[in-house]
Amino acid sequence: MKFRRLSRWAIALPVAVTLAGLAGCGSGTPATSTSSAPASSAGGGELTVFAAASLTGTFTELGRSFESAHPGTTVKFNFGSSATLAQQIVQGAPADVFAAASPATMKTVTDASLAGAPTTFVRNKLQIAVPADNPAKVDELKDLADPEVKVALCAEQVPCGAAAVKALGAAGLTVKPVTLEQDVKATLTKVQLGEVDAALVYRTDVIASGGKVTGIDFPEAGQAINDYPIAALTKAPAADLAKQFVDLVLSPQGKDVLTKAGFEAP
Amino acid sequence: MADPHGKPATGREIAGRAPWMLVVPALAGLAFLVLPLAGLLIRAPWSTLLQRLAEPQVLEALRLSLVCATVATAFCLLLGVPLAWLLGRVSFPGRRLVRALVTVPLVLPPVVGGVALLLVLGRRGLAGQWLESAFGISLPFTTAGVIVAEAFVAMPFLVISVEGALRGADQRFEEAAATLGASRWTVFRRVTLPMVMPGVVAGAVLCWARALGEFGATITFAGNFPGTTRTMPLAVYLALETEPEAAIVLSLVLLAVSVVILASLRDRWVSTP
Repeated sequence: MKFRRLSRWAIALPVAVTLAGLAGCGSGTPATSTSSAPASSAGGGELTVFAAASLTGTFTELGRSFESAHPGTTVKFNFGSSATLAQQIVQGAPADVFAAASPATMKTVTDASLAGAPTTFVRNKLQIAVPADNPAKVDELKDLADPEVKVALCAEQVPCGAAAVKALGAAGLTVKPVTLEQDVKATLTKVQLGEVDAALVYRTDVIASGGKVTGIDFPEAGQAINDYPIAALTKAPAADLAKQFVDLVLSPQGKDVLTKAGFEAP
Repeated sequence: MADPHGKPATGREIAGRAPWMLVVPALAGLAFLVLPLAGLLIRAPWSTLLQRLAEPQVLEALRLSLVCATVATAFCLLLGVPLAWLLGRVSFPGRRLVRALVTVPLVLPPVVGGVALLLVLGRRGLAGQWLESAFGISLPFTTAGVIVAEAFVAMPFLVISVEGALRGADQRFEEAAATLGASRWTVFRRVTLPMVMPGVVAGAVLCWARALGEFGATITFAGNFPGTTRTMPLAVYLALETEPEAAIVLSLVLLAVSVVILASLRDRWVSTP
């Protein structure tokens, strides 16, 4: 009998946790207000922004201020690997704005004539990320070449991996990583969990981790800087709003939000 | 198909036209499952196919996938069949709860499973810490880690299948063997196991197929490095980032190999009475 009661709890508990999680998600999305305010020229509507995973925090913030400046408008985000997002746009995903973490992924979209001329709005630099207690005593890029040090890098196919290869090449180092992760967040997770001693990730990701990992600057990072281009898409269902959102990102207010998160001005 | 023993009555076809209420949704279901495969075949870059196949990374990933899925299945058989027996033949308090827990990896998103494995078997995990200090064993980022991740995700398929077979099997044969003086181990070995063999084989096939396609837990727990942990599904995902055509080729290879193996196994084992 005792166990039967226990088994009921075993079901109830995950359900409760899931519901709590859903509620949490719900509170994160801003409520749609009625289109009573005359401010927006488009008169409300929905804007869909596809943006690189590393822009999650900053763009969510900018999306909120965009919504309060354009009452009645909802901004929806699709954050992910830039390469995947570019593929989705080429396959016909209904997006208005695309912000990529590398010119190469933006090129996939412009080559298909789906976006106008992109503008570089920020740049991002690599840092060495180590667990807070830095077990392998890493303090410069050279330490990553030590075979005793477990290193995670992004795969070369994704922007952070391409930048890592460039930086290590500039330093003339051969690093044998234990894993090549599919995006920068996965690489950072391996450091946060302490499974690797060091990784090369973006400065912004280190800042976003909120002290769980320590970032170390290194001079060769200057030779592997990533430009982030943004463009309104030519087939944008909400073309007006798309242009206004790009303007917001390029405005002093946008710059302010982005530099606070660790991005550099182009 | 001449069968010397004669087919059992349940296997015989019932006369009369198949009702459209069943045939129409059946065909729709078939189309739903097969059309995406057709999509892969249509978009495949046939002209460069052979050349891409000969690339050493492809063969390496394929070999790794087959080895890991097979070892993971063996591991699952070793632990899963006794577990199914425990659930199906021994009554103990909390059996329902244990049964529910066994299916947890089925509902858990594989990536979450991978994180959970890291928290237990990782370098700073509960058991992993001890494994490393006592034996110098570190599972993440190794081929053994891939096998662990695959086994974690695939084992429920085996356990559920074998337990289903056990529950369907007539227990009177086991009781008869026991009254004739056979020990419980002998009963299991000589009576129970042969009776549920089709269930074990079907479960092992399912388990192997699931392990072969495993992605989320593997990339999270074992990482992604060519030759040691990059299995075919990981290679496909990575290729998709830059070269969708290469991803299609890799998917086709994985598909072809698994269909050939599953079809041959099915003919040999699963359909025999």
